Amino acid sequence: MGTIKSVADLKNLRSSIQEANQKAIVENNNEKLIEINVAMATCGIASGAKEIMEFLIQELPKRNIVAKIKKTGCMGYCYAEPTLEITIPNEKPMVFGYVDIKRADEIIEKFIKKGELVDGVIPINYELAT
Amino acid sequence: MSIKYRKNLLICSGSSCHDASNFDLMDFINVKLKEYGLDDDIQVVQSVCFNKCSIGPNMIVYPDNVEYSTITKSDIDDIIIEHLLNGRIVERLVYNDVNIISGTHKKQYRIALRNCGFIDPEAIEDYIEKDGYDALAKCLTTFTPEEVTQQIIKSGLRGRGGGGFPTGVKWDITSKSVAEQKYVVCNADEGDPGAFMDRSILEGDPHSVIEAMAICGYCIGANKGIVYIRAEYPLAIKRLKIALDQAKEYGLLGSQIFGTDFNFTIDIKYGAGAFVCGEETALIHSMEGLRGEPTLKPPFPSVSGYLKYPTNVNNVETFANIPAIINKGADWFASIGTEKSKGTKVFALAGKINNVGLIEVPMGTTLREVIYDIGGGIVDGKKFKAVQTGGPSGGCLTEKDLDLPIDFDSLTAAGSMMGSGGMIVMDEDDCMVAMAKFYLEFTVEESCGKCVPCRIGNKRLHEMLTKLCDGYGTPEDLDLLRNLSVVVKDTSLCGLGQTSPNPILSTMANFYDEYHAHVVDHKCPSGQCTSFLKYYIDEENCIGCLVCARNCPVNAIFGEKKKLHIINHEICIKCGICMERCKFDAIYIK
Ligand SMILES: Cc1cc2nc3c(=O)[nH]c(=O)nc-3n(C[C@H](O)[C@H](O)[C@H](O)COP(=O)(O)O)c2cc1C
Repeated sequence: MGTIKSVADLKNLRSSIQEANQKAIVENNNEKLIEINVAMATCGIASGAKEIMEFLIQELPKRNIVAKIKKTGCMGYCYAEPTLEITIPNEKPMVFGYVDIKRADEIIEKFIKKGELVDGVIPINYELAT
Repeated sequence: MSIKYRKNLLICSGSSCHDASNFDLMDFINVKLKEYGLDDDIQVVQSVCFNKCSIGPNMIVYPDNVEYSTITKSDIDDIIIEHLLNGRIVERLVYNDVNIISGTHKKQYRIALRNCGFIDPEAIEDYIEKDGYDALAKCLTTFTPEEVTQQIIKSGLRGRGGGGFPTGVKWDITSKSVAEQKYVVCNADEGDPGAFMDRSILEGDPHSVIEAMAICGYCIGANKGIVYIRAEYPLAIKRLKIALDQAKEYGLLGSQIFGTDFNFTIDIKYGAGAFVCGEETALIHSMEGLRGEPTLKPPFPSVSGYLKYPTNVNNVETFANIPAIINKGADWFASIGTEKSKGTKVFALAGKINNVGLIEVPMGTTLREVIYDIGGGIVDGKKFKAVQTGGPSGGCLTEKDLDLPIDFDSLTAAGSMMGSGGMIVMDEDDCMVAMAKFYLEFTVEESCGKCVPCRIGNKRLHEMLTKLCDGYGTPEDLDLLRNLSVVVKDTSLCGLGQTSPNPILSTMANFYDEYHAHVVDHKCPSGQCTSFLKYYIDEENCIGCLVCARNCPVNAIFGEKKKLHIINHEICIKCGICMERCKFDAIYIK
């Protein structure tokens, strides 16, 4: 990775990150990728988020689903850990709580494959300063 | 592949919606859908609490995102016929002001937590993609240090570590201290019981803190930063280290950042997890390798801090706000919040609340909104009693304060304080004397022992509270408790002792009747202090099976087979095993 020596370098780096994302889309037959965020702060990991993450990494390719799986920090839903936030292309993100392997499986089969909801949906209740 | 359901009905599964419905909504709707032949077409899904408990039971029709509230049995037919079959929204059941999924009225606003839960904290690219390091670039290449400091002053940002001191003013003071070396210190000690705001920020978005520290360094004229973090936060430390390495590799830390002549590096120092080391002078001594004991201010760290050099200490959350302020402008930040407290505050909601979690709300949000709308109300539908803010230094707020807009000044005026953001909710089963005792126990353990009022005074306070909870208190103890509390507050050396009696004073102010009951009526109204309770055996229910007597660990139960048993209260230790083991409901407490 090159070092950043100017504001232009930072902007270039950002563009190349965006290009890489774009390339992944092109490689996915010009379709946006499904994005899955797994809340993996101390509390999420303590309640089993790591196993869910590993399960997704193993299972999704087996079931022919191309997705961008990402570990993130705390999403704030401590009462419902482990939590996942899933964004199906062109849809609003959906958050699922109390995810265990069984529910993760259900989420893949029902929500990701068919767009059906499964138990444990958490309504998003914040606005972002972006 | 089967055909996908045309619509989903999300049913709030929160306990209060469940109680309010008095009938099992899910089952009922499923039966109805079958009746209408819609069960292959429409799916009923249980959702986590919508936080709209006051108008429950609630339901969302997805993907239409129409929310129905206060539904009764007779409404179900309407919803099915009108909405599901004919596609017409049942307007009379819609509460427009609180649409949840599309969120016209979201209570939370995330500034400090803007990236938390959205980016991979171990990938600098994720942060950069979200405008990361733009703020630092902008400061270094287009503003003078004074201009940046002025923006922070103008934003109205106040320290999130507890004191609420204006951050820009602190930077200004430190920048004016003349010395060949200065330091930026990030206080990540976070010792408040039940608080995890700072840990979450460092675990979820470490680069925002790194970027802000560099901006602070630029403003005050420091080229060295130190994060003081407790060793009990291994994951936060790991992610911070990864982030620091990445920033260095990209040249965002180091020398000649963004091609300017500004150099900045950051080191990590570990704390052993002592509460007092969160106090800035104790923190600095701990970093110097000395005992973590506070010293009198002045001199303030801004004048003489780490290794006697001017040192700017700020909290993690304070720093996390900085890049957003630079990117979006001081006026934007100042437009959020109340007159004297700008922006948002992150709270760690804990205790007897349904949605335990990390939340961020604009200053000025009321406690009621936080507890009921975001927190989902009290567990098991119990009655709210009090909420402790400010941790062991704070006080309790009660029913009468529920509509108080939360900010630094309103909480202080109400006899508590903002503190770092811990919020512990208590219900009718919690005893306020026992609560005060819990915090004093914490203080006694965490007092560094340097000054007498804190070391001995808090110990005596704790002893008195223990005496009260154990049932030996006298009315004179209450006067003594109050007087000593005031003395400890007035005479302690640092913020720890100056605030540690607050839980006592505020519970005495709000719940004097409970203290009175402990010493005069010899009763604990909430029933939490078990010393006041005695176990008895019910004459009618006891069949004389001897199970309780056999299981009593101290042999306090006497009796013969098939005859009524008796508990000797002198021996009984009130462990409750007898009650647990009795199969005939023959043991009760009074
Ligand atoms: C007993 C005691 C404990 C403290 N603990 C912390 C802490 O854990 N984290 C923190 O940021 N500030 C803590 N403070 C406040 C710090 O002394 C200091 O005011 C703060 O770090 C300044 O940063 P800010 O202006 O950004 O809030 C504590 C103060 C006292 C008296």
